[in-house]
This record gives sequence, C-alpha cells and structure tokens, in this order.
Amino acid sequence: MMEVMQAEIPPFERFYVEHRDEVLGYLRRLLGQRAEDAWQETFLRALRAYDRLQHARNLRSWVFTIATNVAMDELRVKPQPPVDGVPVTEIRRDAFRELEHLTGDLPPTERAAVVLRYGYDLPYAQIADALGSSEEAARAAASSGVRRLRRTHERHA
Amino acid sequence: MNVTPELDKQFRQAALREGLIDVTYDILDSPIGDLFVAATDRGLARISYWPDGMEETLARTFGPRVLRSPLDDVRRELDEYFAGNRRVFDLPLDLRVAPFYADVLAKLALVPYGQTETYGALAAKVGRPKAARAVGTVMNRNPIPIVLPCHRIVGANGSLTGYAGGLDVKLRLLQLEGAMLK
Repeated sequence: MMEVMQAEIPPFERFYVEHRDEVLGYLRRLLGQRAEDAWQETFLRALRAYDRLQHARNLRSWVFTIATNVAMDELRVKPQPPVDGVPVTEIRRDAFRELEHLTGDLPPTERAAVVLRYGYDLPYAQIADALGSSEEAARAAASSGVRRLRRTHERHA
Repeated sequence: MNVTPELDKQFRQAALREGLIDVTYDILDSPIGDLFVAATDRGLARISYWPDGMEETLARTFGPRVLRSPLDDVRRELDEYFAGNRRVFDLPLDLRVAPFYADVLAKLALVPYGQTETYGALAAKVGRPKAARAVGTVMNRNPIPIVLPCHRIVGANGSLTGYAGGLDVKLRLLQLEGAMLK
C-alpha cells in the first residue's frame, strides 16, 4: 500500500493570500459594513492557532469556521436549535443568486449555513464544522433559511 | 471581494504588534538583483539570492507563522552598503546553525571590508587548518550572505572559486568594497 505523505502546513503567508479575499466576501454577506473588523479578527485568530495546527487538510473550511464564529460573536446571537423532522429544501445556485440580497434578514445561523452552502459550495460536513453543529443541523439550518428566503421573496414580489 | 491594500497593511501590522509572527520576510531590490531577506524578533535570519520556495524553508526552520512585511532596518543598512556608505553592519543576527557552522561564521564575520582571505586561512582560525573544504561548504550554505561576508573568501591562488549568488555577483561585491584582486 502506498503511504500517503502528510501535507506540510503551508507558510501562513500562502494560506492568508489564498483565503483573504473570499473570507472578506463571506463576512460582507453576513455582516455588511461591519465586515472589515471581523475579517481582521478572523485572521488574527487563525494566526493565534496556526502554530498548533496538526495537519493542512481543510484549511479553507477551518478559516470559514473561524469567520463564522467571529460573525456570530459580532451578531451576538446564539445559534438557533435545528427543527427536527422538516424535509430538507435545496435550491440551485443560480436561484440562490436571485435570493441572495435577502439573506440579511435571516437569523445568523441560517444565514451562515445558506451562504456557505450556496455562495461557497461547501459540503454540509464542513458547514457543520463551521457552525459547530451536526451535519443534520447544518442541513436543517440551510434548508430552513432557503424556505424563509422564498417566503420573503414571495412577500416582496 | 478584494482586500484593499490598506486593510491588508492593517492586518500585517496588527499581527506583528501582537507578536504572532515567527519570521517576517521581504524582497528588496538591489544593484545585484532582488534579495529575499527574513528576520525574527531576535534579528536578521536569512538573505537569499533565490526566493523560490524560501517561505517553506523559513516555515521549517523558524515556524509556520511566516508573514511578508517591510524590514526597514535591513533595507536601510543594505542600501547604505550598496551605496558604499556602510562598511560594517549593525544588524542583530538570528543564526540557527550547527556549532561548527557557528564557529566558522563567527570568524567569517571578522574578515574586514575590502579584504579577502582564503578558505584555508579561515579554517586555521577555527583550529581546523586542514578543513578548507568543510569551510567551503559552510560558505556555500551561509544563511546570511553579504552581511556575513563569504564573498571575501577566495581560493588559495586568489581565484574567486564559487558563490551562491554567482561569481559575477561575488566579483561586484568585492569591487564595490575596493578589494585588491589578483
């Protein structure tokens, strides 16, 4: 069997340059004008933990996790508990673009889940990491967010 | 959504202010081409003529928190040196090398501006007169060329022998210093 080489932790500069723009975009979607302070705090938190990283896998979802935590702190709202037993609603990415401007009205957890899912194509396992929840809860938050977006959209239409 | 230069700069400054960085680097232009320079909080740690892959080398040696940021003191002293206005560098150094390397580089640091010395003579100064070849290896792997002046070390017959930045660069540095060459 081939032995898989463990990827080296990249120098922080490479990690930072690779992710700084998309993290700012993500935080703008969640926080609007308040995004810049949260962006700086995200990368400072990443830096504080960077020399203790054990491996270089999923660094992208790791930094989204930190950004989500910072945004949640900023919004000062605890994640909503997921609703059980509700069927999962998914939308296509182009459909999401039409609804995206309404995400500001969603509760923070739903907003983060929807944006990570449809804005950044993250799999639910990684969204769950970002939200500190189970995969089912992440799916439920995104699903609930999409339904709420549709309702808002219909009201405005 | 692109991070503006101003926001980027603020982050880099905050990271340094909080002491979160293992090693800082920058790329300086100079009359002999681009120089990759790196420093820790202890001092100047690297000068390289070959920037490719240096971030990874720094991460392995000093830790993964590698960040690009201006190194003003290093830039100023190198600028002064290349302008012919500086003969001795005052920069503190962060040398993390094996003991034999440390001995050789300490003696190398004492070779005066504008003078040359042979590999054999430098070997004799560390008490290993027959170790000219080993001294050559240390020169070849000198982590801080220019400031630790391996360009001043030449072959027994006065030939330039070799240099990490190329023999033309070695010659230019010696000419800049007004060294008498055979």
